[in-house]
Amino acid sequence: MAVAIIKKLVRLVILLFAVSLLTFLLVSMSPVDPIRAYIGTDMLLVSPEQREQIEAYWGLDQPLFSQYVQWISSILSGDFGTSLIHRVPVTEVIADRFFSSILLIALAWLMSGILGIVLGSVAAMKKGSWLDRVIKGYCYLLLSTPGFWLGLLLLMVFSVWLGIFPTGLSAPIGITTGDVTLLDRLYHAVLPALTLSIIGVSNVCLHTREKLIDVLNTPYILQARANGYQGIRLFRRHGLRNMLLPAISVHFASFGELFGGAIIAEQVFSYPGLGQAVVDAGLQGDMPLFLAIVLISAVFVFVGNWIADILYLVLDPRLRKGGKSS
Amino acid sequence: MKKNMMIPLFLFLTCYVLSFLIKDTISLELTNKNQAPSLSHLFGTDWLGRDMLLRTLKGIQLSITLGVVTALLSTSLGLLLSLLAIVHPYLDRMLSWLIDLFLSLPHLVTLILISFVLGGGFKGVVIGLMLTHWPAITRVLRAELLQLQTMPYIQISKQQGKGFWWRARHHFLPHLFPQLMVGFTLIFPHAILHEASITFLGFGLAAEQPAIGIILSESMQYLSSGMWWLAFFPGVTLLLMMLLFQRFANAFKHHLERDRSYEHYFNG
Repeated sequence: MAVAIIKKLVRLVILLFAVSLLTFLLVSMSPVDPIRAYIGTDMLLVSPEQREQIEAYWGLDQPLFSQYVQWISSILSGDFGTSLIHRVPVTEVIADRFFSSILLIALAWLMSGILGIVLGSVAAMKKGSWLDRVIKGYCYLLLSTPGFWLGLLLLMVFSVWLGIFPTGLSAPIGITTGDVTLLDRLYHAVLPALTLSIIGVSNVCLHTREKLIDVLNTPYILQARANGYQGIRLFRRHGLRNMLLPAISVHFASFGELFGGAIIAEQVFSYPGLGQAVVDAGLQGDMPLFLAIVLISAVFVFVGNWIADILYLVLDPRLRKGGKSS
Repeated sequence: MKKNMMIPLFLFLTCYVLSFLIKDTISLELTNKNQAPSLSHLFGTDWLGRDMLLRTLKGIQLSITLGVVTALLSTSLGLLLSLLAIVHPYLDRMLSWLIDLFLSLPHLVTLILISFVLGGGFKGVVIGLMLTHWPAITRVLRAELLQLQTMPYIQISKQQGKGFWWRARHHFLPHLFPQLMVGFTLIFPHAILHEASITFLGFGLAAEQPAIGIILSESMQYLSSGMWWLAFFPGVTLLLMMLLFQRFANAFKHHLERDRSYEHYFNG
């Protein structure tokens, strides 16, 4: 098993290099001028000579490849550069927002996972009934719902009409950072997390349903039924155990969708997390921040897939013994 | 069976064609601005007095056009790359790695990245969507082709000296056709939703284009003043169109797989 984990880690490193090279090349091809993005409206005051000096100072006059080598080697030593819009080191900006984003994503992930597995199991156990149709219809409805629109609806209903939840941000206004409690943070993360998890339910739910239906068609279930098991006992003893692992690993593998959803939810609720940072960085041409978040999202997705793979190895003894481990 | 498929498609196409009848310029009536939905303005009006129904229909039209273009482009790209993959095992390995690379970033991040590089606009969105949606279909096609290649009739055809492209045209393509169609119908709604999101975030279509994403992101400023119709109706319309298309896509998939799956015959 250790070999499998190390192999995966090597793949992560190679993949990250490829992603970094690709994004670096793409970004350097973009029409955004880094000097203009840095100086902003004072661009008129900068003479061509000064401009050349800045270019030389930043190493922009060097060939692309050596620029990349410089960038990647400073990243390896922990220096992600300075954010152009926040004027502080990128690592600070990210550390600041990482907690907010993780809180949001973790809440949404848990909620949608539990709800999705419960709904999917109910639908599969009652396959063909009206309950199954309602749940399936709900999932298909959600698959065609634009996430940001759902966020807008929730914002309208809960914040504007009912006034239960705040309209945005991750902490109350007029309080210093030190006074913000975890409860405040949670309270502000509820609506964005709700948006994310409502959308996320459909994927898990449909997978769980499909998987459980497969399980219910096997001979051992037929045997169990013949032995007199039914309903919740049949589900607990034979259905759940065989269905849970694939369902959970699908849920882990959906980290990418979740990150994408978080970008949108954060934008709708103006919740200061990584997603909002990447949007701002992209719109205002803040390349160091942008590149760093792209890399982080790649790690994030990879870790999700990795956990999904490892879960099989750890939890399923059949795979550990004879089976091929990939 | 046929009915299940044709009715949603017909409704969908009717909406699309009808939206072409609307004039390109929607008149401004500043005396009628910020009207709640009424009989004369079913979806209400915005702050310039433009009729929201017309704007929404125009937005849907743009979305559908964009979706069709993207879905066509990504299925073609997928087909081309998966054909290349079976030419040589080396190319296949490269393709698998490329798929892994593209799947390693969240869709939306890749989209933002590409729109950022290409500067947004219709072209940027189409290319971005194409580059994010090809891996899924390529994986399916590649698996199918690798399996197909070991079939006796393909091997015989090869032994008889038929060239690669001949085999591709006469053996692979007819076999892959259902997969391509299903892939197209799956990518299409996905592409539209992604386009709306990316436009909403500000990376997609330009602000003067009548896109659903633009309408909804503008509506955000008016939410707190209680103008719910600005956000509600355009979103519902998009949702309904997507549902219609999904009904068609599901029925169509069953229709193509009618010799493979028997389940739906028992469920009615």
